[in-house]
Amino acid sequence: MPDNTAPDHPDAERPTSERLSPLHQIHVDHGASFTDFAGWQMPVSYGSDLAEHHAVRNAAGIFDISHMAEISVTGPDAAAFLDYALAGRMSSLALMQAKYSLLLDERAGILDDLIVYHNAPGEYLVVANAGNHDVAVNELTSRASGFDAIVTDRSDSTSLIAVQGPRALEILEATAGLAVMDGLQSFADLKYYWSTGATFGNGTVFVARTGYTGEDGFELYVDTADAEALWRALEEAGTPFGLIPAGLASRDTLRLEAGMPLYGHELGRDIRPAQAGLGRVVHFTKEGDFVGRAAAEAGLPDGSRMLVGLVSDGRRAGRAGYAVVHGGTPVGEVTSGALSPTLGYPIAMAYVDAAYVEPGTVLDLDIRGTMVPATVTALPFYKREKN
Amino acid sequence: MADKNTLKFTPEHEWLDISGTVATIGITDYAAEKLGDVVFVELPKVGSSIQSGKVVGEIESTKSVGELFAPVDGTVTEANGAVTDRPELVNEDPFGAGWMIKVEVADASVFDSLDLLDFAAYTALVGE
Repeated sequence: MPDNTAPDHPDAERPTSERLSPLHQIHVDHGASFTDFAGWQMPVSYGSDLAEHHAVRNAAGIFDISHMAEISVTGPDAAAFLDYALAGRMSSLALMQAKYSLLLDERAGILDDLIVYHNAPGEYLVVANAGNHDVAVNELTSRASGFDAIVTDRSDSTSLIAVQGPRALEILEATAGLAVMDGLQSFADLKYYWSTGATFGNGTVFVARTGYTGEDGFELYVDTADAEALWRALEEAGTPFGLIPAGLASRDTLRLEAGMPLYGHELGRDIRPAQAGLGRVVHFTKEGDFVGRAAAEAGLPDGSRMLVGLVSDGRRAGRAGYAVVHGGTPVGEVTSGALSPTLGYPIAMAYVDAAYVEPGTVLDLDIRGTMVPATVTALPFYKREKN
Repeated sequence: MADKNTLKFTPEHEWLDISGTVATIGITDYAAEKLGDVVFVELPKVGSSIQSGKVVGEIESTKSVGELFAPVDGTVTEANGAVTDRPELVNEDPFGAGWMIKVEVADASVFDSLDLLDFAAYTALVGE
């Protein structure tokens, strides 16, 4: 058995710095197995990644994602600066609203995908991938030149806990000591991609109805000093609802079923937003320039491959790097794949030549030398039932 | 479940339960945990000859794919149908119901010529 079990990651080859989450001891106490993720030792699972996956779909899971990068942008020009630095129109965000966006380079290649929260007047919180922490901080800092805006890396002082699943709302409402601040929206009234503020103990928690699982859920930004107490309170409140701790392995299968891209797999410097199905994130209608605008407006170069979903029969999944074949000729490559725990059949995301993107197109996956038919399908693979 | 102290181990995280000219082969708890929940197992056919060091099977989890290597030259005399039907046995009972194949060698002395680890040495290898 080769020890090839660590999740693929652009930083996988980087010597591990073994940074520990502020919640590390809790994970150890829960018997977690760990993986190196962008230099962090993060819980990959607490025993059964399948059980954790199903818990999130049917009840709830609690995730430590404190490795994510939190960058604050403040100042009178904060909105104008973000309009320039990112591909989306952040100046249109209402107070407490959030938006998914992209950090592009001049060639319109994707440096990172991120979420921007407008958490106070003249104040934004940009949440970037752990593996792109340095790139995001450095790019935002250099792009801020000429704007009256201050970019501050708050990653070390901020921890991030996600509670995801159909019981997430009830769990937050039942969490001892967690109370929405006066005048702000209750957890129940919070819409998807909106946020609110709460007190917890003597501190404050920034709570957003966002996530990376395809379920209802919340992400809670908390001072690192209070993270352990908040996790314990959420877990205590959640256990009667079926909440269990969930690791990065289940997070990956959950986001894959939901058709959500993962940087280093579906997204990268050589991928333009339109290829990844993220053309809607790039706002050509906004006034003024933004980094990558000219290249993005020029359209995709001929021969650009496009992201599709693939489903197949049996139990063998296409994996990142496997060839997608048509009539014996390679026409694409898998970026993520797994036997879908929820659906029971193999699913994959892949970049394929533009001629093969139509749903219903039958291609082959080269699974370690065996050709397995796979059908192009619209993303996402899984969509929760809204109540 | 086999007594780990009587088993032999390979650096590829497989165990062998040797009895005369036959070895029962599986993967260790360490390997099973590293893989995560196993969802698919493919084993060689009964009667097939296998060669030491060659890939003879696949053990696939939700997140990755592991390979079963032949630790010895020989003939497959049994393949565990229970584990192909219920791959979760690999996680639940890697040293017992989750066994993979039985292999017969030409002569019991073949096992002596292999560079196998005892339980203490294997435990030291995986650092547990």
